[in-house]
Amino acid sequence: MNQPIELQKDETFVLNVGPQHPATHGVLRVKMTMDGEYIYDAETVLGYIHRMHEKMAENRTYPQYMPNMGRLDYLSAMAFNHGYALVVERACAIEVPERAEYIRVLTVELNRISSHLVWLGAFVMDLGGFTPLMYCFDDREQILDLLESVTGSRLTYCYFRFGGLYNDIDDDFITGTRAFITRMRKELKMYAKLVTGNIILQKRLIGHGPIDKDMCQRYGATGPVARGSGINYDVRKNEPYSVYPEFDFDIPVYDECDSFARYMVRMDEMEQSLRIIEQALDKLPDGPVNPKKKPKIIKPPAGDYYAAVETARGNFGIRMVSDGTKNAYRLKLRSPTYSNMHLFDEACRGMLISDALAFMGSLDLVIPEMDR
Amino acid sequence: MSLTLLNVIIAVFIAICFVGANAAYLVWCERKGAGLYQRRPGPMENGPWGLLQPPVDGVKLMTKQLLIPGGVDKAIFMVAPVLAMFPALISFVTIPFSTNIVAHQIDVGVLMIFAFAALGGMSLLVAGWGSRNKYAMMSSVRAVSQTVAYEIPLLITTITVVMISGSLNLTDIVEFQLGGFWNWNIWPLQKSVGFNLLMPISFLIIFVCSVAETNRAPFDLGEAESELVAGFHTEYSSMGFGLFFMGEYANIVIGACLTTILFLGGWSCPFGDWGFFPFNHHVGWFLLKIYLIIFVFIWIRWTFPRTTIYGLLNLSWKYLIPISLFNLLLTAGLLKVF
Amino acid sequence: MSIQETTRQALSEFFPEKPVTIDPVPEPESEEAEDGKKKQKDTPRENGIIVQDYSMKGFHLDAQINPDQLVRAAEILFKLGYYIESITGVDWIKEGQLEAVYDFSRYDFDLCRVAVRVRIPRDNPILPTLTGVYTGANWHERETHEFFGIQFDGHPHLIPLLLPEDADFHPLLKDFKA
Repeated sequence: MNQPIELQKDETFVLNVGPQHPATHGVLRVKMTMDGEYIYDAETVLGYIHRMHEKMAENRTYPQYMPNMGRLDYLSAMAFNHGYALVVERACAIEVPERAEYIRVLTVELNRISSHLVWLGAFVMDLGGFTPLMYCFDDREQILDLLESVTGSRLTYCYFRFGGLYNDIDDDFITGTRAFITRMRKELKMYAKLVTGNIILQKRLIGHGPIDKDMCQRYGATGPVARGSGINYDVRKNEPYSVYPEFDFDIPVYDECDSFARYMVRMDEMEQSLRIIEQALDKLPDGPVNPKKKPKIIKPPAGDYYAAVETARGNFGIRMVSDGTKNAYRLKLRSPTYSNMHLFDEACRGMLISDALAFMGSLDLVIPEMDR
Repeated sequence: MSLTLLNVIIAVFIAICFVGANAAYLVWCERKGAGLYQRRPGPMENGPWGLLQPPVDGVKLMTKQLLIPGGVDKAIFMVAPVLAMFPALISFVTIPFSTNIVAHQIDVGVLMIFAFAALGGMSLLVAGWGSRNKYAMMSSVRAVSQTVAYEIPLLITTITVVMISGSLNLTDIVEFQLGGFWNWNIWPLQKSVGFNLLMPISFLIIFVCSVAETNRAPFDLGEAESELVAGFHTEYSSMGFGLFFMGEYANIVIGACLTTILFLGGWSCPFGDWGFFPFNHHVGWFLLKIYLIIFVFIWIRWTFPRTTIYGLLNLSWKYLIPISLFNLLLTAGLLKVF
Repeated sequence: MSIQETTRQALSEFFPEKPVTIDPVPEPESEEAEDGKKKQKDTPRENGIIVQDYSMKGFHLDAQINPDQLVRAAEILFKLGYYIESITGVDWIKEGQLEAVYDFSRYDFDLCRVAVRVRIPRDNPILPTLTGVYTGANWHERETHEFFGIQFDGHPHLIPLLLPEDADFHPLLKDFKA
């Protein structure tokens, strides 16, 4: 099975892994030219959920555009909120109080864990194990309940405001989060035994779907996809923003470049996020969550600005071109899934279709974020 | 036993009812079992504990529109579900539930079951080809190679047991094992072959092959939901799908019956015959054993992910077949010696 | 030498001692240590590298070059270890120009973000493609093409990516009426 197979171009047929498919986690279409069960070539067709967020930014004022950020990547909406708030605060030079920064980090990391839990459940379900999905969603309910009590939404958060937050957290949230940390550590041990230690899962992932460093650099892949290929890149450490320098956490990097390495990166990231949350709760300062002086109308000075944050899927960047008015002149959203998915067309040549779908699952795609 | 036509018809009718009831309520068991492993209650709405769920599902399936995709070969398309259900029903004719409870005792019962199982394998191919759908075709190609690969160790191991018992008649095989659990074929210490260490391994081989033959996880590449939508039965709706479904569960029951009869002593009481109910040999033990095996089938399905096609075929061709051939040789040799 | 210095020196090959012009008005090459905000308002910016203040702007080096120097700049940056982050198109309708901003960043701990700009006339927007150097530019260029109408010379498959394949309108232009 591991010997390279001669694929013949004139014996191919086109299989449309269409917009409606249980494995593509959203509306994604891949036109695969197949030779039997091997993929000869693949072409990704995007745009089935393209909503033109970048044009919307030009027709709305800066605060009016904040809810759109939650709709981009609905699984890790807090980090997208953070990126947008960061770029506008950078442009207008708005100071964020300490307490707001710590709560921001806290909620972003909780959201990262819930996003990885959905990834884990859906990924193992794609491979055929239907049960871990339910366990992951059970754990995720705890996070969603906690965040709902503070932000008011379960999925598409719009919690950050320029300079601070919408709402302060209360003691119930803090006790709930501490209880969750204890519970989640036990659950992670269970996942390691039940899911990661399963021989069938390991045989399906180890050695399949290689992405090397050169490919990552050519495509601009970031996040767990790059970290599973040996590239030590995490925006929280390489380009620190907010109060991340205050926390002590590691970045898991695996060198094997296969699907199992990407899997292990995300599992370890959940553990590291728990560490950050614990430290944030311990170090949480008192104070206001909104700055005293904040401009009533947000009008950044003319010029262009850039901000990058680390979401659950990689490096999310916003480039904002402002001309001094209330609306942005141009707002470009650099979504991590877009660059990660681009790898698929080249990397899947010669793979079996079941391996290709496992590879897609290990890339952790969220299609609305890719299509914007 | 009796050869009158009426008796045979009644027996077949009862077999069909048994299979039908099993297929329906095994679905309920499976869904409750899935709920148990997934920390949720399973069907609870229809009837107490969801017990009315299968009839309700049956009514739903029968009233759905029977869609036939354009351009298919109608004869082949309609024949496939029937071909899936029919062999399982017929195989029940020869399975002995107790000394007197058997529809028709056939001297070559083992051979008949395997003949009809092969026919069931054809239904996969026919369904995939007749659907005029690339996904269904791919899945039926996989399913056929899987069926062929796993029938071989099944047959070879069965021959081993047949050699020990000395007969192809299923009732005789069970009667060879009556009298307490130490007589069962699963143990290494045997009356006729002395000490054969590979007998428990043979039990495992037949168990694994039963799981693979019925296309259940972790060997369910034929209906891999996330890759091939629904595999060879993608294009079937309403009763076509219903028949495939029921055929799968009927096959599971046949697989469990076969495992029990060959290795676990059929209807024999594990404590030996004490003369009085419930500790004598009767059908209750048989049913208990097959349902225990089906419980393990359900447990396995909801725990493990799916293997790849190469892992599956490697397991059969490189491991199960050599081991079962070796067991065959060993048993033959030991039979000669003892 | 820090990576910013290295990159700046590598990119300075486009700006030799002789002044480089894009328009009729010749001006000396500018290399300022603070962001030349005040100058940008009235006169169009000329080719050159500006070192930006990271805490205010979010990126380090801002280079404006000619369209024909684009592939060479990408090769220089690829060798230095940068990855392509995105390609942003901006429609400066008042000046009659389209601008493409290429963002590059690094994987290691020497932080340096480079933004490479090119300006092209609005009625004939043609740029060379970067797919020979950075394969990831494939999708970015398709997206910029469909939103702004910029033609990328040598692109293997320049059809709309996010819009329908037969779309012939360019939504992000400022004079686009739905």
